[in-house]
Amino acid sequence: MRIYVTSVFVDDQAKAHDFYTEKLGFIVKNDVPVGENRWLTVVSPEQTEGTELLLEPSDHPAVPTYKSAIVADGIPAASFQVDDIDAEHERLSGNGVEFTMSPTDAGPVRVAVFDDTCGNLIQLLQMTGE
Amino acid sequence: MHESELDLVFKALAHAERRRILFSLYDKPKQSLFEVCAESFGRDGKTLSRQTISQHLDALERAGLLEVTWQGRTKMHSITEKPLRRAMKILSNNLS
Repeated sequence: MRIYVTSVFVDDQAKAHDFYTEKLGFIVKNDVPVGENRWLTVVSPEQTEGTELLLEPSDHPAVPTYKSAIVADGIPAASFQVDDIDAEHERLSGNGVEFTMSPTDAGPVRVAVFDDTCGNLIQLLQMTGE
Repeated sequence: MHESELDLVFKALAHAERRRILFSLYDKPKQSLFEVCAESFGRDGKTLSRQTISQHLDALERAGLLEVTWQGRTKMHSITEKPLRRAMKILSNNLS
Protein backbone atom coordinates (compact mmCIF):
# COMPACT_ATOMS: atom_id res chain seq x y z
CA MET A 1 0.00 0.00 0.00
CA ARG A 2 1.36 3.42 -0.94
CA ILE A 3 0.20 7.00 -0.51
CA TYR A 4 0.04 8.21 -4.11
CA VAL A 5 -2.16 11.27 -3.65
CA THR A 6 -3.17 13.62 -0.87
CA SER A 7 -5.44 16.60 -1.19
CA VAL A 8 -6.30 20.16 -0.23
CA PHE A 9 -9.77 21.63 -0.75
CA VAL A 10 -9.42 24.70 -2.95
CA ASP A 11 -11.98 27.48 -3.42
CA ASP A 12 -11.33 27.68 -7.16
CA GLN A 13 -9.47 25.05 -9.20
CA ALA A 14 -8.32 27.46 -11.93
CA LYS A 15 -6.92 29.87 -9.35
CA ALA A 16 -5.32 26.98 -7.46
CA HIS A 17 -3.73 25.71 -10.68
CA ASP A 18 -2.07 29.08 -11.20
CA PHE A 19 -0.94 29.47 -7.60
CA TYR A 20 0.48 25.96 -7.20
CA THR A 21 2.28 26.01 -10.57
CA GLU A 22 3.30 29.64 -11.07
CA LYS A 23 3.93 30.75 -7.48
CA LEU A 24 5.09 27.48 -5.91
CA GLY A 25 6.63 25.91 -9.03
CA PHE A 26 4.84 22.55 -8.98
CA ILE A 27 4.07 20.69 -12.23
CA VAL A 28 0.62 19.49 -13.34
CA LYS A 29 0.55 15.68 -13.29
CA ASN A 30 -3.11 14.99 -14.09
CA ASP A 31 -5.80 17.32 -15.34
CA VAL A 32 -8.91 15.36 -16.26
CA PRO A 33 -12.44 16.77 -16.55
CA VAL A 34 -14.84 15.20 -14.02
CA GLY A 35 -18.34 16.62 -14.48
CA GLU A 36 -18.17 20.34 -13.71
CA ASN A 37 -14.80 19.94 -12.00
CA ARG A 38 -11.37 18.51 -12.76
CA TRP A 39 -9.19 15.76 -11.33
CA LEU A 40 -6.29 18.16 -11.01
CA THR A 41 -3.06 17.00 -9.40
CA VAL A 42 0.40 18.54 -9.15
CA VAL A 43 3.80 17.13 -8.25
CA SER A 44 7.12 18.60 -7.21
CA PRO A 45 9.62 19.03 -10.07
CA GLU A 46 12.18 17.49 -7.68
CA GLN A 47 10.08 14.32 -7.43
CA THR A 48 7.86 13.90 -10.49
CA GLU A 49 7.04 10.28 -9.56
CA GLY A 50 6.35 11.28 -5.94
CA THR A 51 3.09 11.80 -4.11
CA GLU A 52 0.59 13.94 -6.01
CA LEU A 53 -1.31 16.81 -4.46
CA LEU A 54 -4.95 16.82 -5.53
CA LEU A 55 -6.43 20.31 -5.80
CA GLU A 56 -9.89 19.21 -4.79
CA PRO A 57 -13.07 21.30 -5.25
CA SER A 58 -14.65 22.67 -2.06
CA ASP A 59 -18.27 22.11 -3.05
CA HIS A 60 -19.25 19.70 -0.25
CA PRO A 61 -21.30 21.76 2.26
CA ALA A 62 -19.09 20.71 5.21
CA VAL A 63 -15.88 21.97 3.59
CA PRO A 64 -16.21 25.74 4.18
CA THR A 65 -16.91 25.16 7.90
CA TYR A 66 -13.88 22.89 8.23
CA LYS A 67 -11.62 25.22 6.27
CA SER A 68 -12.59 28.43 8.03
CA ALA A 69 -12.19 26.84 11.48
CA ILE A 70 -8.67 25.54 10.88
CA VAL A 71 -7.56 28.66 9.01
CA ALA A 72 -8.80 30.84 11.91
CA ASP A 73 -6.46 28.93 14.24
CA GLY A 74 -3.57 29.22 11.77
CA ILE A 75 -3.43 25.46 11.17
CA PRO A 76 -1.99 24.30 7.84
CA ALA A 77 -3.94 21.93 5.57
CA ALA A 78 -0.75 20.46 4.05
CA SER A 79 2.98 20.49 4.67
CA PHE A 80 5.81 20.63 2.12
CA GLN A 81 9.44 19.88 2.90
CA VAL A 82 12.22 22.20 1.74
CA ASP A 83 16.01 22.16 2.09
CA ASP A 84 16.40 25.85 2.95
CA ILE A 85 13.29 27.37 4.49
CA ASP A 86 14.69 30.89 4.80
CA ALA A 87 15.60 30.96 1.09
CA GLU A 88 12.11 29.64 0.18
CA HIS A 89 10.48 32.21 2.46
CA GLU A 90 12.39 34.94 0.68
CA ARG A 91 11.69 33.55 -2.80
CA LEU A 92 7.94 33.10 -2.18
CA SER A 93 7.57 36.46 -0.43
CA GLY A 94 9.21 37.97 -3.51
CA ASN A 95 6.54 36.21 -5.61
CA GLY A 96 3.83 37.94 -3.56
CA VAL A 97 2.99 34.95 -1.32
CA GLU A 98 1.70 36.02 2.10
CA PHE A 99 3.01 34.29 5.19
CA THR A 100 0.97 34.04 8.41
CA MET A 101 4.06 32.70 10.18
CA SER A 102 7.64 33.48 9.25
CA PRO A 103 10.30 30.75 9.67
CA THR A 104 10.29 29.65 13.31
CA ASP A 105 12.30 26.96 15.11
CA ALA A 106 10.16 24.23 16.64
CA GLY A 107 12.38 21.53 18.10
CA PRO A 108 14.03 19.45 15.36
CA VAL A 109 12.33 21.41 12.57
CA ARG A 110 12.01 24.96 11.30
CA VAL A 111 8.55 25.80 10.03
CA ALA A 112 6.69 28.62 8.28
CA VAL A 113 3.09 29.00 7.11
CA PHE A 114 1.69 30.76 4.05
CA ASP A 115 -1.72 31.45 2.52
CA ASP A 116 -2.44 29.55 -0.73
CA THR A 117 -5.10 32.19 -1.70
CA CYS A 118 -7.56 29.31 -2.18
CA GLY A 119 -8.74 29.13 1.42
CA ASN A 120 -5.86 27.14 2.92
CA LEU A 121 -2.74 27.64 4.95
CA ILE A 122 0.27 25.59 3.89
CA GLN A 123 3.25 24.71 6.05
CA LEU A 124 6.84 24.70 4.86
CA LEU A 125 9.18 22.55 6.89
CA GLN A 126 12.93 22.14 7.01
CA MET A 127 14.49 19.34 9.05
CA THR A 128 17.19 21.05 11.07
CA GLY A 129 17.79 18.16 13.45
CA GLU A 130 18.75 20.36 16.37
CA MET B 1 -10.29 49.13 37.28
CA HIS B 2 -12.89 46.98 39.09
CA GLU B 3 -11.89 44.29 41.55
CA SER B 4 -13.33 41.68 39.17
CA GLU B 5 -11.15 42.91 36.31
CA LEU B 6 -8.14 42.86 38.62
CA ASP B 7 -9.04 39.27 39.56
CA LEU B 8 -9.08 38.24 35.90
CA VAL B 9 -5.67 39.81 35.31
CA PHE B 10 -4.06 38.11 38.30
CA LYS B 11 -5.80 34.80 37.56
CA ALA B 12 -4.47 35.00 34.01
CA LEU B 13 -0.96 35.62 35.34
CA ALA B 14 -1.18 32.85 37.93
CA HIS B 15 0.01 30.17 35.52
CA ALA B 16 3.54 29.61 34.25
CA GLU B 17 2.51 28.65 30.70
CA ARG B 18 0.25 31.72 30.36
CA ARG B 19 3.11 33.94 31.47
CA ARG B 20 5.36 32.25 28.90
CA ILE B 21 2.74 32.86 26.21
CA LEU B 22 2.52 36.53 27.22
CA PHE B 23 6.30 36.96 27.06
CA SER B 24 6.39 35.18 23.70
CA LEU B 25 3.70 37.54 22.34
CA TYR B 26 5.62 40.49 23.75
CA ASP B 27 8.75 39.39 21.84
CA LYS B 28 6.81 38.51 18.70
CA PRO B 29 3.32 40.04 18.30
CA LYS B 30 0.61 38.76 15.96
CA GLN B 31 0.85 35.03 16.44
CA SER B 32 -1.85 32.54 15.45
CA LEU B 33 -2.82 29.69 17.78
CA PHE B 34 -0.69 27.41 15.60
CA GLU B 35 2.31 29.71 15.97
CA VAL B 36 1.89 29.99 19.75
CA CYS B 37 1.95 26.16 19.85
CA ALA B 38 5.04 26.00 17.60
CA GLU B 39 6.81 28.70 19.66
CA SER B 40 5.96 26.87 22.86
CA PHE B 41 7.31 23.60 21.48
CA GLY B 42 10.42 25.31 20.10
CA ARG B 43 11.14 26.96 23.45
CA ASP B 44 11.31 23.89 25.66
CA GLY B 45 10.28 20.90 23.56
CA LYS B 46 7.20 20.42 25.71
CA THR B 47 4.14 19.30 23.82
CA LEU B 48 1.14 21.06 25.28
CA SER B 49 -1.99 20.20 23.37
CA ARG B 50 -3.47 22.74 21.02
CA GLN B 51 -6.63 22.66 23.13
CA THR B 52 -4.72 23.52 26.31
CA ILE B 53 -2.98 26.45 24.64
CA SER B 54 -6.30 27.59 23.18
CA GLN B 55 -7.76 27.64 26.71
CA HIS B 56 -4.77 29.65 27.98
CA LEU B 57 -5.29 32.16 25.17
CA ASP B 58 -9.00 32.40 26.09
CA ALA B 59 -8.08 33.15 29.71
CA LEU B 60 -5.63 35.85 28.62
CA GLU B 61 -8.22 37.31 26.24
CA ARG B 62 -10.93 37.36 28.94
CA ALA B 63 -8.54 39.28 31.19
CA GLY B 64 -8.16 41.89 28.44
CA LEU B 65 -4.48 41.09 28.01
CA LEU B 66 -4.69 40.24 24.32
CA GLU B 67 -5.36 42.31 21.27
CA VAL B 68 -6.92 40.23 18.51
CA THR B 69 -6.48 41.13 14.85
CA TRP B 70 -7.18 39.17 11.69
CA GLN B 71 -4.65 38.51 8.96
CA GLY B 72 -6.85 37.34 6.12
CA ARG B 73 -9.00 34.71 7.85
CA THR B 74 -6.46 33.87 10.55
CA LYS B 75 -6.88 35.13 14.12
CA MET B 76 -3.71 36.77 15.41
CA HIS B 77 -2.89 37.44 19.06
CA SER B 78 -0.79 40.28 20.46
CA ILE B 79 -0.24 41.45 24.02
CA THR B 80 -1.91 44.63 25.20
CA GLU B 81 -0.05 46.06 28.16
CA LYS B 82 -2.64 48.52 29.49
CA PRO B 83 -4.47 46.22 31.94
CA LEU B 84 -1.12 44.95 33.23
CA ARG B 85 0.16 48.46 33.83
CA ARG B 86 -3.11 49.47 35.51
CA ALA B 87 -2.95 46.42 37.77
CA MET B 88 0.64 47.24 38.70
CA LYS B 89 -0.34 50.84 39.41
CA ILE B 90 -3.13 49.75 41.74
CA LEU B 91 -0.67 47.52 43.60
CA SER B 92 1.97 50.21 43.93
CA ASN B 93 -0.61 52.86 45.00
CA ASN B 94 -1.72 50.61 47.83
CA LEU B 95 1.81 49.81 48.87
CA SER B 96 3.17 53.34 48.99
